[in-house]
This record gives sequence, structure tokens and C-alpha cells, in this order.
Amino acid sequence: MGELMIALYVFTLATLAGREVITKVPPTLHTPLMSGSNAISGISIVGALIVAGRTHGTLELILGVAAVAMGTINVVGGFLVTDRMLAMFKKR
Amino acid sequence: MNGHIIVELAYLLSAILFVVGLKRLQSPATARAGNAIAAAAMLIAIVTTMVDNQILSWTEIIIGLMIGGLIGGISSYAVKMTAMPQMVGLFNGFGGGASALVAIAEFVTLKGQIGVGTHGISVMATVIIGGVTFSGSMIAFLKLQEWMTGNPIVYPLQKTLNALLFLAALATGIFALGVGHVGDPWTMFWILTAISLVLGVTLTIPIGGADMPVVISLLNSYSGLAGAAAGFVVMNMVLIIAGALVGASGIILTMIMCKGMNRSLANVAFGAFGGTAHIDKSQIGKRPVKRADAEMVAAELGYVHSVIFVPGYGLAVAQAQHELRKVGDLLEARGVDVKYAVHPVAGRMPGHMNVLLAEADVPYNKLFDRDEINDDFPDTDAVLIIGANDVCNPAARDPKSVIAGMPIMDVDKARRTIVMKRSLSPGFAGIDNDLFYNDNNLMFFGDAKNSLAELVKAIRELP
Repeated sequence: MGELMIALYVFTLATLAGREVITKVPPTLHTPLMSGSNAISGISIVGALIVAGRTHGTLELILGVAAVAMGTINVVGGFLVTDRMLAMFKKR
Repeated sequence: MNGHIIVELAYLLSAILFVVGLKRLQSPATARAGNAIAAAAMLIAIVTTMVDNQILSWTEIIIGLMIGGLIGGISSYAVKMTAMPQMVGLFNGFGGGASALVAIAEFVTLKGQIGVGTHGISVMATVIIGGVTFSGSMIAFLKLQEWMTGNPIVYPLQKTLNALLFLAALATGIFALGVGHVGDPWTMFWILTAISLVLGVTLTIPIGGADMPVVISLLNSYSGLAGAAAGFVVMNMVLIIAGALVGASGIILTMIMCKGMNRSLANVAFGAFGGTAHIDKSQIGKRPVKRADAEMVAAELGYVHSVIFVPGYGLAVAQAQHELRKVGDLLEARGVDVKYAVHPVAGRMPGHMNVLLAEADVPYNKLFDRDEINDDFPDTDAVLIIGANDVCNPAARDPKSVIAGMPIMDVDKARRTIVMKRSLSPGFAGIDNDLFYNDNNLMFFGDAKNSLAELVKAIRELP
């Protein structure tokens, strides 16, 4: 089985797992869910580190470092803002 | 070899923790820990990548991380809870942008000689999805921040032009792979990048302010898909898994929002609210209503057993959630049973109203979503509706209405309703609301924040 097919299996099963987990999130938490999953989408920082790290070429380096910076904004900002919101949810 | 296995196991651990973290978001009690687990998963993925790859340019990468961390960190603490939708939109755009840049850098590294195949197709798909996510999110941010008009921007042949742009993106993507030797791959690739950015703008500008929750959810989904596509580019499983999880999450929230507004996704994406053109608006607000002042409303709420609050967009705009909580506390001190009913589309993004009320220290076990609380209205003494309109419009039960079938709160079945609103003007659907003219309804006109402050004073003065 080629690498592509494995990747397609992984993508499909992860989508199904995501559907199972996320349909059970109550409406109260939909905003933190969105900002938290948004932070997870900053995972493209992994790709950014790979392309930025392997190169000496100026253009590639600029593109890669810009991708690292954007991905980091997404990750750091996303997780912190989600934590700030969730800290406010209290029971009585 | 052993080193490689350790790296793969670290990525696997990261993927597992992402799922576990999201799973913890199923309850407010465990959600904060869940978010921390997902953040830890991200840290593991980042550290693993940096250890595994021979990084040649540490200085530049550390500068990138510091700049991003600083901007992300500061903005996450500075943002007001009411501004959360545009903040999420902005972060979302950066995620999409990062994915697109990864694909562009890959194309540059291969000097344009990418060839047809999985790798090449992944690069093109990532540029399109990432580009659309980036520019679309920026437009959504500008609209929500009110730096550009929130009204739909429409022009002739809009749908046709968007379809043509999409086809042009596909065509240039194929040519950039060298298929058919049409043009120079570099030129084609830069045109593809430009078209993707333009497409994000043209897809987002026709969507009006009221539909923004749908757009934000959809862009959230795209940013996940862009991440997954970037995962196919660098063939990294944790990228594919995390991207797929976010893609699924965004699509589910999009569908929930569409259901809450009783509209199809195609309807939101391709047009403003249908059919409002032939509604007779001349009679809106002309019928007599019963008016009330703060003292009257205080008397209606202060001596009963059960009260339900229905907060809407108007409450969020007036930032009156703290005053509402004070009213709730005072009523509870008088022995009234107080609940908050939150409609799925209240606020400006999914679940936004819950966050605003949580910020005002309303405990989450007092918040009920529409499906949970709708059967309670007939047994409720009084319902206070603050800045909500269409979600309480009984016209939704009339099959001939433009909002027919929209899931509404059955507030008109309660013994008494009190509507707090600036005027009798219609909501986003553009139609009159019969609730306002009911015998058992009182209108309490004014700005939500001022009116609620008056109400707090009036309840304190009740004997």
C-alpha cells in the first residue's frame, strides 16, 4: 500500500473520529470549541518548520519563516484565548 | 532507524492527545484541561519536528516563533469577549495563510519542477484552500470589526464570476504542474496564488452580517482542510490528523448554525435572505403595543415563581450581560427561579452568548439551549426577552412566512412576555413580529444596558 493510500485512510478515519467527538460538544461550549480547534489548525506550523528549516535559499526562507510566524500566532493566540474563555465557565 | 521510530511514536502521541483534548471539551467541567492537553499535543508535535529535521536556519526560525508568539499572546489577552468572533476569524486566517505559504515554499524549493502526482496536486490544493481561507478570513474580520460594511456586497453575475474564478484556479493549478505545457509553470503558479486570494474575497463579501456565524464556522473548517492538505504536501500524519479533526469540527458547527437559521448552506453562501422583497413593510410597527417602564417590569418579575431570560444579539451589542446577571441575582434573592435560554444563533458566532454570560459570572448550569428549555415556556410566569427578535417570532409556525420552520423559542406560550428593545423595527429577516402585539406582552423600550440598569434599581426598591 502506497504512502498516499495510507494518508487517505488516516485522513478519512480522523475525520470520522472528529465527527464522533465533536457532535457531543454542548452548544454552551461551541465558541471555545471553535477557538480551540482553530488553534489546532495551526498545526500547519509543523509543515512551516520543515520547509523553513531545510533551506538556505532566501525566498524559501522568507516564505518559511513567515509561515512559522503566522502558524505561531494561530497556535499561541488560539490556545490562550480558549483558556481565557474556559476559565470563566463556572458552576454554582 | 530507532530515532525514526521514536519520532513517529511522538507524532502518534500528539495525534492521540489532540483527540483526547477535544473529547474533554464535551463538558464545561473538563474543558479547560482538554484545551491544555491539546496545547501539549501541539508542543510535542512542534518539538518533535524541530528535533527530527536538520534545521539549518535556527536564528530565523526562532525569530519567527518569537514574533508569532508575541502577537498571538498579546492579542489573546487584549481581546474583549464581544470581539471574540473577529479574533477567531483573524487567527483562522493566519492558520490558512501558514498552510498556503508551506505549499508555496515547497514549489519554490522544487524550482517549479513539481510534476503531476500526489505531491503536485497536494501543493496546488493547499494553495487554493489556504489562500481562500486567508483572504476570506480577513474579509470576515473586517466585516465583524465593522471596518467595512456588514451589508452584503452584490453585483451582477456574481455567482458566474465566482464559478469562473474557481475553474480558472483549477486550470492554472493543472498548468503549473506542467500538464500540456501551457505557459510557464512559475507564471501559472503565481496566477493560481493570486486567483485563490481573490476568490476568498469574492466568496465572502456577498455574505451579510447576520450570516457571519456560518461563515466563521465554514472558514474554520477550511483552515483545518488546508492544514490537512499541507500534511499531504510534506507527508506528515499528525498534520493530516489534526487538520481532519478541525475540518470535521468546522463543518458540524456550520451545519448547526444553518439549522438554527433554517437555511441551507448554499442559501447562505449565494444570497441574502430570500423573499423579503415582496413583504409589505408599511405596516411594521403601526399596530398598538402595551408599553411598560422599569417599575412596571420590576413588579411583573419580582413577585412570581419562575422567570426565563432570552438574551439576543442586542444584548451583546449593548454589552449588557453584567446588568442582566444583576437582575437575575436580585430576582433569585427574592426567591424567583431564574433560567437563561440561549438560541443557537444568539450572538455573533456559535456559542458566543454563552461566553458573554459566563464572563458576567452567570453559572453555566443556569444556561439552557433552545431544545432543552422550549417545553418549559408554558409553565413559566414571565419571560424577559432582551435584544432578540426573529428567534422568538411565532410567524415561524406559519408555513407561508419567510421564516417558516425556523426553530424558535416558544416564548408566546408563557403567561407574560416582556420585550426589551430599542424600537419595533424588524430583525434580520425583515418581517414584523406578532409577539410584540400580544395581549400578554409588554414592550420596554430603550438601550439594553440603560434599561437593565433602571430595572436593577427598580427591583431593589420593590417592597
